Amino acid sequence: MKPIEKPAEGSWTAHYPDLGTEPVSYEDSISPEWHELEREAIFKRSWLNVGRVEQLPRKGSYFTKELAVANTSVVIVRDLEGEVRAFYNICRHRGNKLVWTDFPKEESNGNARQFVCKYHGWKYDLDGACSFVQQESEFFDFDKADYSLVPVHCDVWSGFIFVNLAPEPSQTLTDFLGPMVTALDGYPFEKQTERFFYRATVGSNWKLFMDAFQEFYHAPVLHAKQSPVASRPEVQAAGYEALHYEIDGPHRMVTSTGGQGWRMPADMLKPTEILTRSGLFGPWDAPDLGVDPLPGVNPGHAKHWGLDSFQVWPNFVILIWERGWYLTYHYWPTSHNTHVFEGNLYFVPPKNARERLAQEMAAVTFKEYALQDGNTLEATQIMLESRVVTAFPLNDQEVLCRHLHKVAGEWVDRYTRERAEASR
Amino acid sequence: MTAPLLPGQFAELEPYAAIWCLATERERFAQRMAATMDEMQAFYDAFFPRAEEAIAYCEKFPLDDMPEDAERLLQLLYSLVMASFPVEAWRQPNVPDSGAAYLDLLIEPRP
Repeated sequence: MKPIEKPAEGSWTAHYPDLGTEPVSYEDSISPEWHELEREAIFKRSWLNVGRVEQLPRKGSYFTKELAVANTSVVIVRDLEGEVRAFYNICRHRGNKLVWTDFPKEESNGNARQFVCKYHGWKYDLDGACSFVQQESEFFDFDKADYSLVPVHCDVWSGFIFVNLAPEPSQTLTDFLGPMVTALDGYPFEKQTERFFYRATVGSNWKLFMDAFQEFYHAPVLHAKQSPVASRPEVQAAGYEALHYEIDGPHRMVTSTGGQGWRMPADMLKPTEILTRSGLFGPWDAPDLGVDPLPGVNPGHAKHWGLDSFQVWPNFVILIWERGWYLTYHYWPTSHNTHVFEGNLYFVPPKNARERLAQEMAAVTFKEYALQDGNTLEATQIMLESRVVTAFPLNDQEVLCRHLHKVAGEWVDRYTRERAEASR
Repeated sequence: MTAPLLPGQFAELEPYAAIWCLATERERFAQRMAATMDEMQAFYDAFFPRAEEAIAYCEKFPLDDMPEDAERLLQLLYSLVMASFPVEAWRQPNVPDSGAAYLDLLIEPRP
């Protein structure tokens, strides 16, 4: 096979000269103080994806999103005009969490005409207006029009719902996402509504899991035993080279080949992959997505396109497979060395049991890999915290890891600089 | 004699149906972790040769209107997929090197 062509500069990393090539510190993943800065500098200022419009199928549909990283909870609702809105999930009376079911720390969803506080019965319309106050005449100098829910900036791109916790976001959502991500406008996400939603608490900094899924250098090694015995030497010897890397502002993406199971000899496959015609790269028989060419995918025009992984700043990944399905990852920090990982797999609804089984095979395979990845992260976190080693060489296939940590540093630096200026 | 769980032509698989016809991935994963490799190998060896026939049987019905016995047969196929990783790849119930890691599936298609 011909080696993959790298940019004229000789490497992907050199193509983005600001990244440098020197070993990288992972202090940003082990310092509690740095994490506190990231919460303010990154998570309270960026547009954060909290879900998809399919989670709000009707007027009055709502879901809550716990944002521990910002010490808050938001409720996202489709109001009676069909508009998607977001509010802080707090009652204006005495601060009770407004929307929850049974367990105050757990997320909830449903359909409502209005929100009613469990504590004293204050009611809010779906546009946030306070519509009822129990024993209103008992209050002093009181107008309930002054007690609407506190809105959160909320916008929708390609069916993905984003919120921004800044009092005034410095960019619109479209400007924030930039040309590389918004080139996906028109990709048929909305046709892929068959959903598998996974969640786990992981014992590592959020950026370490971002790193794990934005380089595939690890794949032939960490996941070696996933391959049939016959194929292992070949898989490991081949190593890994991506087809294309691209960086746009704080966002980044990688294009890779995908395992083309339907072209592989039987001894390179697991019998159940052959039975179900499916595996890690998804069902072999791709559905008709009704859009050709697919907008925004394969921006490097690679010949053997298998997948694109778009790493949307700060903590959101959209991974689009050539076989006509996609998945998303979210990494929600809960401390400097823990985070909640969420993975969603989205398929075109299956027409019959055979298609459904192929999707099941893809989903089960996804989990087998993710379990290996998740456990390794804890091992990395533990030893990084020892600070025995403080500089780590990143190779050209890890260019996106280099970029993530650089961007995190830039956002924190800008925040601390602005804070210093403001206090002058 | 209890009522059969599976369509008649799959009667020989009834002993496995009692164990492996499970509606959710959480239950199927728990059953995999609780099973011995001998038990999973026996289930796999009994069902795999008939799996294509089972898929063909299930795909005759619309997914949102399956007879109960066909839906259980489909669940048994999901369990075959679940058991295939220990049997075909790991030679142990758990994913190697996954230790205490877990990944809960909170929303999944039914059936």
